Amino acid sequence: MTPDRVSFRLPTPRGLGYSFNRVGRIGLAVILFWAVVAVFGTWLTPYPVGKIVDSDYFSPMSGSFWMGSDYLGRDMLSRIIMGAHYTVGIALTSVTLACTAGVIFGMIAAVIGGWFDTILSRLLDAFNGIPSLLFGLVVVAAVGSSIPVLVLTLATIYAPGAYRFARALAVNVNTMDFVTVARARGERTPYLILHEILPNILGPVLADLGLRFVFIVLVLSGLSFLGLGVQPPNADWGALVRENIEGLSLGAPAVIFPSIAIASLTISVNMFIDNLPTRIRDRSE
Amino acid sequence: MPASLNLYALIAQRLGIALITLVIVSFAVFFATELLPGDVAQILLGQAATPQAVAGLREAMGLNQPAIYRFLHWLVGLASGDLGISYVNNMPVAKLIGDRLVNSLKLAGVTTLFAVPIALGLGIGAAMWRGSIFDRVVSMLTISVISVPEFMVATLAVLIFAVWLGWLPALSYGADVSSWATVLRAYAMPVITLGFVISAQMIRMTRAAVIETINTSYVEMALLKGASRRRMVLRHALPNALGPIANAVALSLSYLVGGVIIVETIFNYPGVAKLMVDAVSTRDLPLIQSCAMIFCVSHLTLITLADLIAILANPRLRHR
Amino acid sequence: MTDSFIVSVRDLTIGATTDSGRKVQIIKGVSFDIAPGEIVALIGESGSGKTTIALSLMGHTRPGCAITGGRILMQGHDVTAMDEKARSGLRGTAVSYVPQSAAAAFNPSQRILQQVIEISTIHKLMPRAQAERKAVELFRALALPGPETIGNRFPHQVSGGQLQRLSAAMALIGDPQLVIFDEPTTALDVTTQIEVLRAFKSVMKKSGAAGVYVSHDLAVVAQIADRIIVLKGGEIQEEGTAQQILHAPVHPYTRQLVAAFAPVPHSLAQIERQAHEKPILQVEGLFVGYGPMSGGEPHVKILKDVNFRLERGRNLGVIGESGSGKSTLARAIAGIVPAYRGNMLLDGQELHPALAERSKEELRRAQIVFQLADTALNPAQSIGTILGRPLTFYKGTAGAAREARVIELLDMVRLPAGLRHRLPGELSGGQKQRVNLARALAAEPELILCDEITSALDTVVAAAILDLLKELQRALSLSYMFISHDLSTVEAICDDVLVMYKGEVVEALPAAQMSRQAEHPYSKLLISSVPQLDTGWLAGLEQDPELVAAFSRR
Repeated sequence: MTPDRVSFRLPTPRGLGYSFNRVGRIGLAVILFWAVVAVFGTWLTPYPVGKIVDSDYFSPMSGSFWMGSDYLGRDMLSRIIMGAHYTVGIALTSVTLACTAGVIFGMIAAVIGGWFDTILSRLLDAFNGIPSLLFGLVVVAAVGSSIPVLVLTLATIYAPGAYRFARALAVNVNTMDFVTVARARGERTPYLILHEILPNILGPVLADLGLRFVFIVLVLSGLSFLGLGVQPPNADWGALVRENIEGLSLGAPAVIFPSIAIASLTISVNMFIDNLPTRIRDRSE
Repeated sequence: MPASLNLYALIAQRLGIALITLVIVSFAVFFATELLPGDVAQILLGQAATPQAVAGLREAMGLNQPAIYRFLHWLVGLASGDLGISYVNNMPVAKLIGDRLVNSLKLAGVTTLFAVPIALGLGIGAAMWRGSIFDRVVSMLTISVISVPEFMVATLAVLIFAVWLGWLPALSYGADVSSWATVLRAYAMPVITLGFVISAQMIRMTRAAVIETINTSYVEMALLKGASRRRMVLRHALPNALGPIANAVALSLSYLVGGVIIVETIFNYPGVAKLMVDAVSTRDLPLIQSCAMIFCVSHLTLITLADLIAILANPRLRHR
Repeated sequence: MTDSFIVSVRDLTIGATTDSGRKVQIIKGVSFDIAPGEIVALIGESGSGKTTIALSLMGHTRPGCAITGGRILMQGHDVTAMDEKARSGLRGTAVSYVPQSAAAAFNPSQRILQQVIEISTIHKLMPRAQAERKAVELFRALALPGPETIGNRFPHQVSGGQLQRLSAAMALIGDPQLVIFDEPTTALDVTTQIEVLRAFKSVMKKSGAAGVYVSHDLAVVAQIADRIIVLKGGEIQEEGTAQQILHAPVHPYTRQLVAAFAPVPHSLAQIERQAHEKPILQVEGLFVGYGPMSGGEPHVKILKDVNFRLERGRNLGVIGESGSGKSTLARAIAGIVPAYRGNMLLDGQELHPALAERSKEELRRAQIVFQLADTALNPAQSIGTILGRPLTFYKGTAGAAREARVIELLDMVRLPAGLRHRLPGELSGGQKQRVNLARALAAEPELILCDEITSALDTVVAAAILDLLKELQRALSLSYMFISHDLSTVEAICDDVLVMYKGEVVEALPAAQMSRQAEHPYSKLLISSVPQLDTGWLAGLEQDPELVAAFSRR
């Protein structure tokens, strides 16, 4: 045991009764970095996002253009910061909508059971049977692409999965004796859901939210890459790759950096979820 | 388990559910495209068209009839093989899709042939030697592939195999198909890309399924009988993980359906997905609907198949 | 030096790594020997390390654990020094294992025979046909029905008692010198347990192998073991012959264990009663079931025509084996599983069968307490919240008054007030069960339905809970309905007993006279099947084989 090394770190999760390994910490750090960039990005861009500032296009990394310039000669760093705003913003809004709706309905279905559960579950299972990118394509074909449409479409795609996941968890918790005790006490459904079930499924639900966030980032990037996502002059990271795809054969940073941005975000979310802080269960009183 | 739920009843139930799901899915596809804003006749004729012309076209296309009637009409048409007429070039949709579908199936077939054995081998291997260097390398690679969009896998593949190494052509179709070697070269890029994407998922899920059964009492019992690690995994864990593994394979293969859209676009491969993306840009609704249905049906078939395999693999249901 | 022994264990220590990476010692220097043909019992409570020691004899430790010191000599070879390959050569041939739950230890997708002879396949002991013949002989010796054909079945097609005996055949196929029995009858009903114990005893005598019998149940161990080793906290407390441990225990802990076993006569709680008072609970013609209803009757019927009355201040025990419907009875009275026919009267007032139709006051007067405190307490709520909720819910108590009452409740169940800030996961099993009880008390009920509340606890802890129940009854004039499969527990706390079998009450008896007054053949069988703390009990037990065949699902 090396307690001195523990006290060396600043706010240790261990102090709160959690252990958290290095891979998970790196993941969390990258996620936080992109979150800060997405929120405060507007004040961080070195050049105006839409302005052509470089005389050359697909120029390499340099002192004035840290990430080179794009196919029109715009500053890539500024555009990636803007891309973070859209990619993280849209994905986060969609995943929050999807998971909130899914989890609430999942818990209600588990607690009430009966016809409500059967019909809702069957219906959403059927909906789950539609490939996600495909559904996005059809909707975009029908209504055209805009940010609210993207958010709602992505949320609709992932809500049934969140419902299914939360319901399965809630059904397990619902069979536990403490829920039966609360029911025998005479408690109503809202109390059962909020106080007995939700706190016990929150951990897995948050992990699931993270995974769904990754999927949404991937589908959003895919749609944008096909030109059906975020529309010019705005661009998310997927759209940035599409715009600059011709720079690929030149090895231009304009196509490499948005790709790295996407990969770093999604990989670190996965890393974080695979290595979540675990509660230290042994009691040493 | 209630006595009424015997094997055949369960299979019939799953098939019934699949059928109901199919109807719901087609309902969703139809109404997502038909009922959302934008008058089809207006779009087809353009902004300059006179109201009379638009009304005439609406009448001719049967757009004035109630939506539910048009849905049933469309569904009956689908069931009898009549996929409707393309808005854009007035050809029967079935004819447009025909060759493209064969191309897509070829691509999916070749990918499956390569990816499934490799993925199952790696997944089971990683589970067998859990915690080893091999396991960690496989896990790290799969997590990386899963975390990046398909277009990046494709882009990287082009960059490595076509641009730097110059081994393979970046585009697949229209290339010389006269000899085995050239065919191989033509399919290589899309197959490599798709293979990477679906194997990664399959490996992860297979590994998880096998590890779950390794942690059961009967595998520990096999250890206490003196069985080798190999015997424990292959004889005791694997047969009981068949259901979840079938599910993993089916889910991953059905991902081909979504992933193929990107891959066909990037490599300019003339399959159904490319056709659909083109149809989206021209707003050719009958074509979009048909392509969407093809994808949904194949997805549903795979999922149902996995479900049935899981039921058949369950000894409690097989030997009553 | 130790050649006369099959196994010699010297200064064995086993360490475990906890979640936080802390290393703890779970076996702290254990030494013992086993002579050929001798059966040695390892007895202790959960966490005493008995299973860990038994598994280490096979060179196996569960994930996270490792042998950190000492030696295990198996016929002169040091198991701790062997590599994994040499150890697996030992398993099945020199030492073999009979698991606690045979139902989980059989591979569900293979036929039984294939698994029984697997040891001979792995170690290439004999040709397959010979192994199969040997297996059938073992099946016959273990008194299994249809020994020629039972091997062709799949594990889910035979009963739990049969599987347990089949697992003994699986252990004996390789003619091991040592067989480890890991709580092999704990999951079985008492009437089944007798059959299995008898079968084990006879095959072990025939094979001449030595045995290690791991159990928490002193009475079961008394029937089969020659010597008993008493463990606590990873250390040996006392070691001696079975006779000596049972009748002349030396170590205080052993004495406590033996004492917890002795039946405590129950005297009726002295509560002032008026002669004309109504019974606290009266049940008339109760029918319970579940599933889709047709013609006013559900698809699956569980309870049939249950009648009884429980007078205020008295305790009613309900005994029966798994599947007898005793837990369902408690749930039906609490309204969790609604009865479809019959009446329930609480203090003379009719109770609606369904929970949702009962008033808060009716719900408050009868509380239910479940068996497993682990699942009965919400792991995400602090003890204070768990105990405070019924106060707020039934009486609207809040703030400082609620806090004060929570402390009072904790004191009632003999727990320190500081515990209210803890989560259930941070408490021991006994503490959790006390909190579980305190939550029921918070409602200030008149009737508490106790569903197997001591079954999951260690003997000594369970005895303390029973004392607490009696004490609370005197202080709060409660009545208990006490559901249990353990007859001695019921004897210790109840005035009257209902014997249930397949959803029906077969007999009602006064608790103190249970064994003498029982008339129904099933009650007699059940009562006579409870192991006694006497080494000759099993050998001397005579049960009518037809009765056994009729009532126990072997």
